[in-house]
Amino acid sequence: MIRAVIVMNTQGKPRLVKFYDFQPPEKQQELIRSVYGVLSERADNVSNFVEADAIFGPGTQLVYKHFATLYFVFVFDSAENELAMLDLIQVFVETLDRCFKNVCELDIVFNFNKMHMLLDEIIFGGQVLETSSEQVLKAVEEISKLEKSSSAISLVPKSVSARFGR
Amino acid sequence: MAGGSSSSSSSSSTGPSLVDSLFQRSLDDLIKSLRSQPVGAEPALLSRALAEIRREIRSPDPDTKAVALQKLTYLSSIHGLDASWAAFHALELLPSPSPLHKRLAYLAASLSFHPSTTDVLPLATHQLRKDLSPSSPPNFSSLALHLLSLSASPDLARHLAPDILPLLSPRASSTTTNTKNNNNNSSPLRPKAAVATLHALSLCPDVVPLLVKPLVDCLSSPDPRVVSAAVGAFAELVSATDPSPYLPLAPEFYRLLTDSRNNWVLIKLLKIFARLAPLEPRLAARLVDPLCDLIRRSSAQSLVLECVRTLFSGFPDHDRALRLAVDKVKEFLTNDDDPNLRYLGLRALTILGPRNSWGVVESRDSVIQSLADPDPNIRHEALRLIMGMVFDTNVVEISVMLVNYAMKSDPVFANEMLDAVLTTCGRNVYELIVDFDWYVSLLGEMARNPHCAKGEEIERQLVDIGLRVRDARPELVRVARDLLIDPALLGNPFLWRILSAAAWVSGEYVEFSTNWLELVEALLQPRTSLLPPLVRAVYIQAVFKVLAFCFSSYIDQLEASQVSSLGHSTTVGGSTIECNAASANCLSDDITGTESADGFATADKPASLLSLLEKKDPFFTRESLKRILYLIETAVGPLSENDDVEVQERARNVLGLIHMLQEIPAWKTEEEGFKKDKDNGVGKIMNLMQAMFSEEIGPVSVNAQKRVPVPEGLVLEENLSDLAMILTEGDIAPSMSISFTLRSHQHMETKDEAAPSVQSTYLLAEHRKRHGLYYLPAEKDETELNDFPRAYDPLLPVSHSDATEDLVKLTEQSLIPRKVKHTKPRPIVLKMDEGDGVLPSALTTVKESKDDMLSGAIHEVLLGNEGKPSSSQKGSSNKSSGRRMKGVSDNSESVPQSKENLDLGDRENRSSSSRRSQHRSHGKGRHRSSQNNEEKEEKSHRNSTRSGHHHERHEHRQRGETPLNAVPQAPAIQDLLL
Repeated sequence: MIRAVIVMNTQGKPRLVKFYDFQPPEKQQELIRSVYGVLSERADNVSNFVEADAIFGPGTQLVYKHFATLYFVFVFDSAENELAMLDLIQVFVETLDRCFKNVCELDIVFNFNKMHMLLDEIIFGGQVLETSSEQVLKAVEEISKLEKSSSAISLVPKSVSARFGR
Repeated sequence: MAGGSSSSSSSSSTGPSLVDSLFQRSLDDLIKSLRSQPVGAEPALLSRALAEIRREIRSPDPDTKAVALQKLTYLSSIHGLDASWAAFHALELLPSPSPLHKRLAYLAASLSFHPSTTDVLPLATHQLRKDLSPSSPPNFSSLALHLLSLSASPDLARHLAPDILPLLSPRASSTTTNTKNNNNNSSPLRPKAAVATLHALSLCPDVVPLLVKPLVDCLSSPDPRVVSAAVGAFAELVSATDPSPYLPLAPEFYRLLTDSRNNWVLIKLLKIFARLAPLEPRLAARLVDPLCDLIRRSSAQSLVLECVRTLFSGFPDHDRALRLAVDKVKEFLTNDDDPNLRYLGLRALTILGPRNSWGVVESRDSVIQSLADPDPNIRHEALRLIMGMVFDTNVVEISVMLVNYAMKSDPVFANEMLDAVLTTCGRNVYELIVDFDWYVSLLGEMARNPHCAKGEEIERQLVDIGLRVRDARPELVRVARDLLIDPALLGNPFLWRILSAAAWVSGEYVEFSTNWLELVEALLQPRTSLLPPLVRAVYIQAVFKVLAFCFSSYIDQLEASQVSSLGHSTTVGGSTIECNAASANCLSDDITGTESADGFATADKPASLLSLLEKKDPFFTRESLKRILYLIETAVGPLSENDDVEVQERARNVLGLIHMLQEIPAWKTEEEGFKKDKDNGVGKIMNLMQAMFSEEIGPVSVNAQKRVPVPEGLVLEENLSDLAMILTEGDIAPSMSISFTLRSHQHMETKDEAAPSVQSTYLLAEHRKRHGLYYLPAEKDETELNDFPRAYDPLLPVSHSDATEDLVKLTEQSLIPRKVKHTKPRPIVLKMDEGDGVLPSALTTVKESKDDMLSGAIHEVLLGNEGKPSSSQKGSSNKSSGRRMKGVSDNSESVPQSKENLDLGDRENRSSSSRRSQHRSHGKGRHRSSQNNEEKEEKSHRNSTRSGHHHERHEHRQRGETPLNAVPQAPAIQDLLL
């Protein structure tokens, strides 16, 4: 299964963190720092895989991709195929790109919820659920639409009443 | 962002929360303020934000609460703040009718809830059940499933398993009416339910009877997403636990393997088969062709890689397929554009193992060239691969190649290589090493590596080999000399440990040295002041030993010349100095070897000690001794005031000996007088000194201490607190008192020098007599060793070639395991007991019993329920199979045999080679099945006794009858296999 998805920038600041086997927040930060320590050492023209036994326990591997100012890191165990994981990063980034129209780090910083929504449609409980970015976008749009319509109904009267109440 | 726009407040809220709600900062505001802040101010800002959240989250207004929760979730996830205190607030928001609030609450819960830290988790049970129910919107159910698959506890899984079930079964699509996109007749929730099922199964084996069959049904769903999720779930189960219970599903997986065109599904299927194939050879035979097909036609490298790995791990006997796979790996390895393929290719080769090492041998060139790859991962894998191929026949070539290559490599990898060589060669008390002279010189070579940081291990091995391998000592001393005389090495802190070992070896085995003056000069050179005190102390102690040896040898020499002048040219044993005779005797043997090796002396075989000593005359004239004495005195003298107690003490020992020698009047007179005096003066002292050092030090077993019986009356568990009190009363720290004593008694030291040594030799001898069991059998070894010819001289002049091609050439033959052809016998390596040198990590790991519960339960379900129509009667089947699970497992051995039925699921018999026992054990599945089932079995029994051709037909017919029935049946798997 996929153990974790981490997006961080090239300074080591986490931008999206999702662990599929529970880790307390402090431990998460520690792991992210270790991952950054490994990744920042690596040159550009080398392979995308790192053995992560020392960080995430035996049998784990880490695949990462470097886009502009961001590292996309997937941590997984022996039940996943390395190259498939690399493809999955591609799927994830493509989806983000389509969703935010030329995604950049700021989009990821300011769209915490949406990032999780997108990710949860691709990876669900550590398992790959959907690999077509089109399907992912469709699902996310549907959820957003539903939330907007219901929040519009619930919010408007409230804010109106609040305004008139004063 | 929707959450950011909420600045509303409810009129019902009280004072502070009204203000909070009106002026609440959204998540975006928070992020902006964090970003605009200078670096150092972040902690203050975070704690302020946290205080704000603590206030806001208690607000009765759901909007305020939701935004506060969202901010907290963000801070927890990105900045690592603790959010567990807010678990209850997340729970409060879960029932919210607003999809947004609900999602925020579920997001917070899924990121921060865990059974180990969230004690309010059981409170979520009701809300989860409500959201999972078919009447709630599918995205609510999706959120609930998500939380279940991330944060469920075993209890939660047990309670909610019945609620997952409807979502997992195909009927969910017809019952959920409020989804508009449900046009493909399958619920979008079903794949998610499959994943949640996987987590429920692994958390709580009790739910297996309820959930496994619907999960199996998912495999035959027309919706590819459902199939993919179900296959993924099974791949996870198979890889995490004992794979044998899943063998009955093999036909279904096989069908998917041949039908599916989805690479993701195919990869997962291969993962499953990689685990199943070793359990059932016939399965492997059946799989070979599809796998080879996939390798040939697939354009997806990930799939090809998976095929290759599956073949490597599960199909060691199918040479044709392996050949194809190895060729594919060779393509990977020679792919210059993609380091990923090179890396994964090397990793795949490591699976191949020693059994099919030809695959590695064929890719030898690529593998060795990978040592020079810019990617450290690839270099690392190549090294691991090479080290996996080391045998005693090629260890020399490979080690030399790596050590040479480490000279040119970057520091990190150089040390990785040195470490690999040291570990491999030192493994199991040097079991791979035949020629220790070569290995010792290799160790010296390693120390010359400018990046070498393995001083500790090299030190250990140098000393260890000195202790264990008698034949290697001359070469060891030679290597140590080369290290010691090089002043450049003293400046490198990483080499200090090695130099320490070299000094110790030179002192301990000084009799193998060829030039004592040079040795003393090396040990006392000015740059030794760079060494840390402990190493310096070793140096000085080595000087002490050299000094003692030189003098006693000088005396022997005089003795011998006297003897020769008297005409007794050969009888050395009759000499009065018995103690020295023994050591000199063995000395004579060894010195001949050393000298001829070094080209130092040209004489072939000095027949006696006498002629030998005469030959060595230049080193043992009175003048040379005087020079040595002078040298030591001037160099060690200043050290007697050294700050470090170790250095000071040893320096004083040496000086004391020198003073004592010089005080003897004979020393000042001419040689004749000295000769006369030797029996009572210098000679006596030197005999004592020599006796002190001639006791051989041997390796001690790690377990030796344990075997010493505790003497009667000695209480080891006694409380030592009184002792601490006594110590504090004295008001002086023990270490201090030692140094004081030394200083105060310094004038005594010189005179008492000889006495302690006598006492210590005596005590040692006594101890040895009493506890001889724990000492090395020294005498026995000597006799044994004499039977062996001497080890060869180093045969490999180390070449410093540059290109990797040379490396390739060098190892042209090295990776090929040759027949062991010992050109010479291996010298004896002392081993203490079985535990010596064996790493504790070599112990085999025992499988966890928790997994057994799960696989056991699945075994029951997959084999036991095959007669049941479907999962519709879930409640009853749940109970009955649950009961069965407990009741039947005992009588599995006693049921009647039904040979033809293939039960591959029996865990107990899985590892045994006999297939018959597995066949027999299937009886338990049969035995408790319905009458109907037994008839079926009868049929299959009869069928399977006929020809294979018939089986093909049988299989088709069965498929035809039940095209959608995914329930695995024993006859089906048998047909698949035959």
